[in-house]
Amino acid sequence: MEDMLFYDRMQFAFTITFHYLFPQLTMGLSLLIVYFKWKFLRTKVDQYNDAAKFWMKIFALNFAMGVVTGIPMEFQFGTNWAKFSELTGGIIGQTLAMEGMFSFFLESSFLGLFLFGEKLLGHKLHFVTGFLVFLGSWASGYLIIATHSWMQYPVGYEVLENGKFVLNNFGALFSNPWLLPSYLHNQAASMVTSSFVVAAIGAFYLLNDKHHDFGKLFVKTGVIFGLISSLLVAFPTGDLAAKNVVKHQPVTFAAMEGIFETEEGGSEIVLIGQPNMLEKKLDNKIAVPNILSFLTYQDWNAEIKGLNEFDPSVYPTNIPGLYYAYHIMVGLGTIFIGLMLLAVIQLFRKKLYTTKWILWALLFMLPFPYIANTTGWYTAELGRQPWLVYNLLRTSAGASPTVSSGNTLFTLLGFIGLYLLLGLLFLMLAGKIINKGPQLNQH
Amino acid sequence: MELFWYIVLMTMLAVYVILDGYDFGAGIIHLFFSKTEKDKKAITNAIGPFWDANEVWLIASGGVLFFAFPTLYASSFSGFYLPLMMILWLLIFRAIGLELRGQVHNKMWEAIWDKAFGISSLLLALFFGVALGNIVRGVNLGGVVDGVSTHEAHYFFLPLWNPSFSPHSEELGVIDWFTLLLGIISVVALTIHGANWIIYKTNSDLNEKLKKVVFYLNFVLLALVIISIAIWHIIDPEPFRNFITDPWLAIFPIITLTGLFGLFKVKSFKKHGVGFVYSSLFLFGGLTSTVASIFPKVLPSTNNINPDLTLYNVAAHEYGLNVGVYWFVIAAVLVAAYMFIQYKVFNGKMDDVGYGEH
Repeated sequence: MEDMLFYDRMQFAFTITFHYLFPQLTMGLSLLIVYFKWKFLRTKVDQYNDAAKFWMKIFALNFAMGVVTGIPMEFQFGTNWAKFSELTGGIIGQTLAMEGMFSFFLESSFLGLFLFGEKLLGHKLHFVTGFLVFLGSWASGYLIIATHSWMQYPVGYEVLENGKFVLNNFGALFSNPWLLPSYLHNQAASMVTSSFVVAAIGAFYLLNDKHHDFGKLFVKTGVIFGLISSLLVAFPTGDLAAKNVVKHQPVTFAAMEGIFETEEGGSEIVLIGQPNMLEKKLDNKIAVPNILSFLTYQDWNAEIKGLNEFDPSVYPTNIPGLYYAYHIMVGLGTIFIGLMLLAVIQLFRKKLYTTKWILWALLFMLPFPYIANTTGWYTAELGRQPWLVYNLLRTSAGASPTVSSGNTLFTLLGFIGLYLLLGLLFLMLAGKIINKGPQLNQH
Repeated sequence: MELFWYIVLMTMLAVYVILDGYDFGAGIIHLFFSKTEKDKKAITNAIGPFWDANEVWLIASGGVLFFAFPTLYASSFSGFYLPLMMILWLLIFRAIGLELRGQVHNKMWEAIWDKAFGISSLLLALFFGVALGNIVRGVNLGGVVDGVSTHEAHYFFLPLWNPSFSPHSEELGVIDWFTLLLGIISVVALTIHGANWIIYKTNSDLNEKLKKVVFYLNFVLLALVIISIAIWHIIDPEPFRNFITDPWLAIFPIITLTGLFGLFKVKSFKKHGVGFVYSSLFLFGGLTSTVASIFPKVLPSTNNINPDLTLYNVAAHEYGLNVGVYWFVIAAVLVAAYMFIQYKVFNGKMDDVGYGEH
């Protein structure tokens, strides 16, 4: 039984982690492509249209990967989490079904037109199809996070005698206080990924001494959007999301921040340290006094509850994992702001394209927004454990009752093998597109 | 309200089968009948801008099933765990076969992805027929062994097959001779359907050959349908009871037969789309007749201990079903508009549309 739950969780974690590598780029990139296309319509400078077409190739590849790895996500609610689906399907089924009806149809109908219909449609309609693809992908994110928010902070429901959750207020699903901060935080983070990718490819061209004009355009666009979005991730969206956690999941907050004991006169913010679960403390800690209280309550001396105030039965299942996920996310987010700020300063001094070390830094930063996005999601998900529906339904009560661990391990291994292949193919093809680079005047 | 969502779900599934069905069929044609690069290009162009949107019908149907009938979704998805996972893997292979083939110009690369696309299309067509067979035959709900349930009454688990290969054995498998028969019917019907789509959407040199393929396969299909009806009573002692109590339901089998017999005239059709209409009628009629024959059951129980799953005992709560109607109607209108635009832009023969040219 324990093995079964472990494999179910590993399979979901593995497939969703791999899946989300792709939508985090396509959501942000669709906006940047729409931006390039819009610039072309305004200025009639061909370079913008060629840039849009180059990024559409990367977008198409990522989108295809996102679709094929996305289908298993919807299936797994039923295959591996049948009890959870049975009990809550009347509620989370609403938002998931809406995602299919409102966003997948929109995206898939117009993606073909957007990718291949430029000649057929003319530039203005082509811009419109691009905008609709962008709208579809952001709507998809919205409905997924509405589902996620309900699991973190259930609203608009009642529980029947047979344990089933039934909806009694549809509007509450969308006015959920958890939803908007999480959604904006996530979308800003997906803008970070796409801005960093655009900047990194630009830096790659400049350092490689080819596609010079595109290199400059990509670096410039990437760092400007990168600075704006890295700032938005931290404030106000990250701040508001964290305040939701303090308010509604205080024990999660204590574990995230590594606060074992409630401190009199205000809590310190932990920068580095390893949770020691045996002695209930942080080893090798570096911390700054009172900052956490100020960030949380705008009061240097406010009390923040430590883990010692809670019963261990409600502790997050994996406190060190949660702590590291959160600290990696926040640490990387801070580095992103710093690097992008330097890059934008150099841009305004007209020295960015020749400052080699910043270009190298932009290039090597490419994987890190992916890591930050992933650890951000781990923070949210590990923070909710051991619950599927916070405080109401345990994860252990949600798994499929008839699927044995041997079958789940079989499919988990199958997914690992298949996704390894997909990942290699993706890197090979993306490398090919990037190495070939944008093509001039091809419209 | 349950009935409304049941009709919605079945309609969406029928649309899915008709739309993605021609994609699978095109894949099977691609596997067996395309010899030249030109043929292959014609086939992939015929489904190029559509297949991705067609697959959304499966996802959206899954979503509606999840939201309107959560107990059925939970029970069937966990019970058919292994075949569903294999369907997922096949869908992935099929999609990357289509998407990645053109990315590298190399004979071996193209050959690998051609086969991936073709073979996974074939197996998917087979699996979907097998799935329909499982729903008609029913499953051992509650996992009853020696008169005692081993799970909650509405859960079950099926292995891919069992050694006896029989739909009557106490331990059922997903694949037995009955479900396999429906799987083969599905492969034949979708091959015909795919051929009709290619004839409709291209000026390919294949078209004359495909008309012959449709003509001869139609005899095979007719024979298989007769066999399956003749032995249906082995699975369900009273297969026609619903059609006798509600004679208007006979419209569905009549649609099926119209499609089937209409296709024998494939060589003399004036317009290229007529064949596609007939094979669509066959698929629509075949699916609806089958589910109508077990109505209101949605998954019968093969034991006497646990009750059948019907659309009434698996549905979500009243409020959710009612409120869903509002957003669903809006979404359905939008989807119809998207489809109208999509098919308007890509109207006519794909060879003439200039799709895929940058």
